[in-house]
Amino acid sequence: MNLTLHVWRQAGPAKEGRFVTYQARDISEDMSFLETMDAVNEMLIQQGEQPVAFDHDCREGICGSCSMMINGVAHGPQRGTATCQLFMRHFRDGDEIWVEPWRARAFPVIKDLVVDRGALDRIVAAGGFITANTGGARDANGILVAKTAADEAMDAAACIGCGACVAACPNGSASLFTAAKISHLGLLPQGQPERDRRVLSMVAQMDEEHFGGCTWHGECQEACPKEISIDVIARMNRDYMSAAWSVREEKGSSAE
Amino acid sequence: MKLNSRIPDGPIEQKWEKHQFDMKLVNPANKRKFTVLVVGSGLAGASAAASLAELGYDVKCFCFQDSPRRAHSIAAQGGINAAKNYQNDGDSVWRLFYDTVKGGDFRSREANVYRLAQLSVNIIDQCVAQGVPFAREYGGLLANRSFGGAQVSRTFYARGQTGQQLLLGAYQALERQVGLGRLRMYPRTEMLDLVLIDGRARGIVTRDLVTGAVTSHAGDAVILATGGYGNVFYLSTNAKGSNCTAIWRAYKRGAAFANPCYTQIHPTCIPQSGEHPSKLTLMSESLRNDGRVWVPKQQGDRRPPDQIPEGERDYYLERMYPSFGNLSPRDIASRAAKRVCDEGRGVGPGGLGVYLDFADAIRRLGEDVIRERYGNLFEMYERITNENPYKVPMRIYPAVHYTMGGLWVDYNLMSTIPGLHVGGEANFSDHGANRLGASALMQGLADGYFVLPYTIGDYLGANKLAPVDVSHPAFRDAERQVAERTKRLLSIDGKRTVDSFHRELGKMMWDHCGMARNEAGLKFALQRIPEIREEFWRNVNVPGSDTELNQALEKAGRVADFLELAELICTDALHRRESCGGHFREESQTAEGEALRDDEHFAYVAAWEYTGEGSAPVLNKEPLDFENVHLAQRSYK
Amino acid sequence: MASQTAVPARSGAALGRIGMFWRSTIGKKVVMAVTGLIMVGFVIVHMIGNLQVFVGPAKINAYSHFLHHTIGELLWVARIVLLVSVVLHIVGAYQLTKLDRAARPVGYARKEAQAATPASRTMRWGGVALLLFIVFHILHLTTGTIQPVPYTEGDVYANLVGGFQIWWVTLIYVLAMVALGLHIFHGGWSSVRTLGLSQPKPDPLKRPLAQLIAVILWIGFTCVPVAIFFGFGRGR
Ligand SMILES: Cc1cc2nc3c(=O)[nH]c(=O)nc-3n(C[C@H](O)[C@H](O)[C@H](O)COP(=O)(O)OP(=O)(O)OC[C@H]3O[C@@H](n4cnc5c(N)ncnc54)[C@H](O)[C@@H]3O)c2cc1C
Ligand code: HEM
Ligand code: HEM
Ligand code: SF4
Ligand code: F3S
Ligand code: FES
Repeated sequence: MNLTLHVWRQAGPAKEGRFVTYQARDISEDMSFLETMDAVNEMLIQQGEQPVAFDHDCREGICGSCSMMINGVAHGPQRGTATCQLFMRHFRDGDEIWVEPWRARAFPVIKDLVVDRGALDRIVAAGGFITANTGGARDANGILVAKTAADEAMDAAACIGCGACVAACPNGSASLFTAAKISHLGLLPQGQPERDRRVLSMVAQMDEEHFGGCTWHGECQEACPKEISIDVIARMNRDYMSAAWSVREEKGSSAE
Repeated sequence: MKLNSRIPDGPIEQKWEKHQFDMKLVNPANKRKFTVLVVGSGLAGASAAASLAELGYDVKCFCFQDSPRRAHSIAAQGGINAAKNYQNDGDSVWRLFYDTVKGGDFRSREANVYRLAQLSVNIIDQCVAQGVPFAREYGGLLANRSFGGAQVSRTFYARGQTGQQLLLGAYQALERQVGLGRLRMYPRTEMLDLVLIDGRARGIVTRDLVTGAVTSHAGDAVILATGGYGNVFYLSTNAKGSNCTAIWRAYKRGAAFANPCYTQIHPTCIPQSGEHPSKLTLMSESLRNDGRVWVPKQQGDRRPPDQIPEGERDYYLERMYPSFGNLSPRDIASRAAKRVCDEGRGVGPGGLGVYLDFADAIRRLGEDVIRERYGNLFEMYERITNENPYKVPMRIYPAVHYTMGGLWVDYNLMSTIPGLHVGGEANFSDHGANRLGASALMQGLADGYFVLPYTIGDYLGANKLAPVDVSHPAFRDAERQVAERTKRLLSIDGKRTVDSFHRELGKMMWDHCGMARNEAGLKFALQRIPEIREEFWRNVNVPGSDTELNQALEKAGRVADFLELAELICTDALHRRESCGGHFREESQTAEGEALRDDEHFAYVAAWEYTGEGSAPVLNKEPLDFENVHLAQRSYK
Repeated sequence: MASQTAVPARSGAALGRIGMFWRSTIGKKVVMAVTGLIMVGFVIVHMIGNLQVFVGPAKINAYSHFLHHTIGELLWVARIVLLVSVVLHIVGAYQLTKLDRAARPVGYARKEAQAATPASRTMRWGGVALLLFIVFHILHLTTGTIQPVPYTEGDVYANLVGGFQIWWVTLIYVLAMVALGLHIFHGGWSSVRTLGLSQPKPDPLKRPLAQLIAVILWIGFTCVPVAIFFGFGRGR
C-alpha cells in the first residue's frame, strides 16, 4: 500500500521544528511501523537527505525505546502495543499519518522524534528501588509472597519506561510511570521497610522534573503498551497520604 | 601470546572459595580512589557497576541506549537457571555443572562452569531481595519450570519477562548508586576505543551520541559487558543496536578473541515473511514444554494444517529423539528443522517453517491453562503474524540468537590485556560450543554480582598502578584515530546505504556460516567478505555530520566492525574441522547426521590474536582437560 | 549525553509535614478532593431543601426560618466551612492548572482523546462557571442584591417564584446546573480515586455512582426553576 506521512523534523534541541511530508510506496501490511520508517529513511539517504531520527532497539515491545505519537495517539491505534509492534495492517492504502515526538517540558526534543527521557531515570534514582546491597541476602524461599501479591506486583512491574503515559496525558503527568514502580515494590514484603521514603522521594522528584499532576483523564492507561491500570495511581496517592502523615518520624525523609 | 587461565588448584568444589581467600583485598578507605569504567548496562554491566559502587569504588558506567534500563537483557523471556533444587527433583550444583558442560558439547572450562553453578544459588536470593517478582506458588514459595531440555525444574521466571525483571532489579540498584552520587551513568554514549598505557587497560574513548563529542575516560580497570555480536548475521533475535564494536576495538588493541564461530541458532523464532523484516522475533523456548513440533510427511504438502490427518504428520523431534522429544537442545532442534525444510517439507511462505502445535495441550489442559502459561507469547505471535495460535498451529523457524564466542578471559574474567575484564555475553563465556536455555542470564549476573567485584579488587590490590589522566598522549592518540575514522565514514559519500551492506553481509554469513558449514562455503565467504568490505569503504553513503545525533553514522561504525569480525568468524569456523554444539561442519557428522566431535584434535579453546591490518590473525590454543566429567559423544536419543 | 548524576529530591522534612504536602501535586489534589466532596455534600442537602418548594410556601419558608433562626450559629459554622472549602478548592485548582499547563509548553498538532470525557476536559472552565454562578446566586437569593423582582427577606417561596418568572434568570440557573452535573460526573468519581479510596477494578473508568449522583443533582436542582418558569406556583 501507499501512505502519506507527515513527520516532525527538528534538527536539534534549540532548532525550529516543522512537519515534512513523505510518500511511503508499496508498504507491505506485514511490515511494522518502524520498518516503514526504515523504508522512508533508506529513500531519504538515497536522495542525499538526512534520515528521520527515532529511538528504537529491541523491536519486540519490551525495551521501551520506541516512542512515536501516531495520528494523535501515543504508540498508534492498536491498544496495548508499542510502536515497534504496530503492524501496517492497521492502516489502509492511501492513509495520511501524522508522526510526532512525545511532547512534554520534562522530555525535551533532541532531534526529530528523539526526546530525552532522563527524567524517568531520575525518578527511579530518587527512590524506585529496594536497598539490598549485593551479598547477604537470605534464602529466596525465606520470604513468602502470596501468589496474588506477586501477580499484582508483576502487573505493575511490566512497565517498560517508554513515557507514553506522559505523552498521552493532557497534563503531561508521569503519574502512571511513577505509581507503577511504587506499586510494584510496595506490594511485596521486601518493599515494606522503605515504602514511605520511596513514595515521598519519588513523588517529590516527579514534581521536581516539571511533570504535571493527575486529574484522572485516564489517557495514560489507554496509551500504555503494557495496559497498566490507573488503579496504581490511586494506590500511590493512598501511600503518599499515609507517608506524609508519618513524615516526622522520617527525618529528612525525601532527601538522600 | 601466552594464555594463562589462572585456574586455582584444589578440588573443583573448593577452587572458588579458596581463590576468594587468596585474592588481595582493597582497604575500604582506598576504594574510592580507584576508578572502574564499566561499559554496558545489561545484566552483567549493571550488576557489576552497582556492586562495585556499593563497595565504594568510583564507578562510571556507559551505554548507547537513552537509559541503562533498555540494555538488551531486557528482552530475555524464558527464565534463569539455579541449582536450588526447590522442587526436590534431584537437582544439585553438580548436576547443573554437568548439564552445562555436556550441553556445551565439552568445549567449556570445567572450573568456570562449576563456579557458575555454585553462584547460581546466590543470584536468586539476591534478585528476590531486590524485589524481582518471580512467579510464585499459592503457598508463597517460588515456582519453577523445566526449560530447554533440562530434565529437572530449575528455571525461575517472571511471566515471559524474566530478563526485564532481572535487569530492572540490577538497574534499580544502579540508579540507587547514581542517586547516592557514587556512580556516574553515561547513557547515549558509545565506546569507540580502548586505551592502553604500559600494556594495561587504563581508559576508553567514547562518542557522545547526542553532541558527537569524542571524550576520553581514564580509569584503573575497565570492564566490557557489551553483549553479543549476533547481528553480524543482520537478521537475529538481538536488538537493532547490539554490536561488536567495543570488543572488536579491544581485540585490535591486543585482547584475544575466543571461539568466534560458536554461534547459537535458536529453534523457535517467528519465520521471516518476505524481504522486509528488520529483525527476527524469538518465541520463548518454554513453548516447547507443551507444543508439539511437526511437518507434513510428504513433500510440498500445501494443505492447511487442520486438513492434514494425524497419520500424515511427522512429529520428527519425537521420532528422532524419543527421550527428549520436543525438548531436545537448541542446536539439535534447529538442525532438525533445517533438515526437514531442506527436504522440501517446510510449511508457510517459502517453505521455511515448521509447525509448533498446541492442539493436544489445549485438549489436555484446557485453553485457560495454556493462556495462563503462554498468554503474552501467544499475543505477541498474533500481533506479528495475524494468526491465532489457539486455533492454528504456530509456525517457527531457527534464527541466530546468541554468541558463545567472545573475548577470551581467564578465571578472573580478565582478558589477555591486564586490567581489561569482560563479563556477560561479551566474553567467550562458560557455555562452550552451545548454551543451554536460561543460562545466559545466570552467567551475566554471576559475572556481575559475584565474580567481578572480587576479581577487580584482586587486580587493583595486587598491582601498583601509576596514576594516569586523559592528558596522557595515549588518549590524545586514540581520540585522533576515532575522529579520523568518523571523518572517513562521512566523507565517502557513495551510492549504497549502510543497511544494504549489512543485509548483504548477513545473508552471506547465514548461507555459508550458519546452521551448517562446509569448507567450500566458508572459503567462498572468506573470499567475498573482504570484497564487500572494500566496497563498503568505497561506496557507502553516510549522511549528516559528526557533531549531532547521527544514527546513520552509528550504524556505519558498527557495520564496519561486523565486516571485519565476520572474516574472523569464518576463519575460526574453517579451522575447526569438527562439529560441536552450535558449530556444525558437514564434513564431520555421524551416520544419522548428528554432530561429530573430534576431541583428539579440537578439545581446546581457539583464542585468536590480532596481528595488524591485512595480516592473518594468530591462533592460540587453551587446551581443555576434563577431570570431573568424562568426555562423551552427546546423545539425546 | 551529559552524565546522569543525582538530582537531590526536594527535602520535605525541612518544610514540615503540611508544607511538603501542599507543595506536592498529590497534596494539592487531595485538598481539592476533600473540599470538593464537602461541597458535594452541601449541594445534596441543598437540593433536598429546595425541593420542598413543591410542598408549598409554608414548608419551605419554615425550612428557611429553621436555617436562619432556629439553628442560629450553626449556620455560620456551615457558611465558614463552605467558604474555606471553596477558597481552598479554587486555589488548588488554580495552582494545579498552572503546573499542568506548564508541563506541555509545545502542544500536539493532532491529539485524539482515548479516554478523557467532556466532563474531565471541562473541569476547569466548568469550575469557573460554577464560581460565577455561586456569586450571582448568593447575590440573588441570599442577599437579594440582584433584584429581578422585589426581594422579600424571609419569604423564600416568593423570591423563587418571582425570580424564575424571568427567562434569563431561569436560563442562567439551568445552564449552571449543566455545569454542576458535568463537574460532579467527573469529580464525584475522581475524588474517590484521588483519596485512594477506590479498590482495583477491571475497568476503573466506569463510574456508576458518580453518574447517578450527578443526574439526581442535575434534575433535582433544575426542576425547580423550570417548573416555576412554566407556571408552577403562580396566581397565589
Ligand atoms: C530475545 C532474547 C531472549 C533471550 N532469552 C533468554 C532467556 O530466557 N534466558 C537466558 O538465560 N538468556 C536469554 N537470552 C540471552 C541473554 O538475554 C543475553 O545473553 C544476556 O542478557 C546478555 O547480557 P549482557 O549484559 O551480556 O549484554 P546486554 O544485555 O546485551 O547489554 C549490552 C550493554 O552494552 C552496551 N553497549 C554495547 N556496545 C556498546 C558500546 N560500544 N559502547 C557503550 N555501550 C555499549 C549496551 O548499551 C548495553 O547496555 C535471550 C536473548 C535474546 C536476544
Ligand atoms: C436551581 C438551583 C438552586 C436553587 C433554586 C437554589 C436556591 C437557593 C435559595 C432559595 C437560597 C436561599 C436560602 C435561604 O436564604 O434560606 C440559596 C442559598 C444558597 N445556595 Fe442555592 N440554589 C440552587 C443551586 C445552588 C447551587 C448549585 C449551589 C452551589 C454550587 C448553591 C449554593 C447556595 C449557597 C452557598 C447559598 C447560601 C447559603 C447561605 O449561606 O445562606 N445553590 N439557594
Ligand atoms: C467554585 C468554583 C470551582 C472551581 C473553580 C472548581 C474547579 C475545579 C477543578 C479545576 C478541579 C480539578 C479538575 C480535575 O481534577 O480534573 C475540580 C475538581 C473537583 N471539584 Fe471543583 N470547582 C469548583 C466548584 C466545585 C463545586 C461547587 C463542587 C461540588 C459541588 C466541586 C467539586 C469538585 C470535585 C468533587 C472535584 C474532584 C477533585 C478530585 O478529582 O480529586 N467543585 N474543581
Ligand atoms: S506506565 Fe506504561 S506508558 Fe508509562 S512508561 Fe510504563 S509502560 Fe510506558
Ligand atoms: S492521563 Fe493524566 S490525568 Fe492522570 S489518569 Fe493518566 S495521568
Ligand atoms: S523498540 Fe523496544 S519497545 Fe519498541
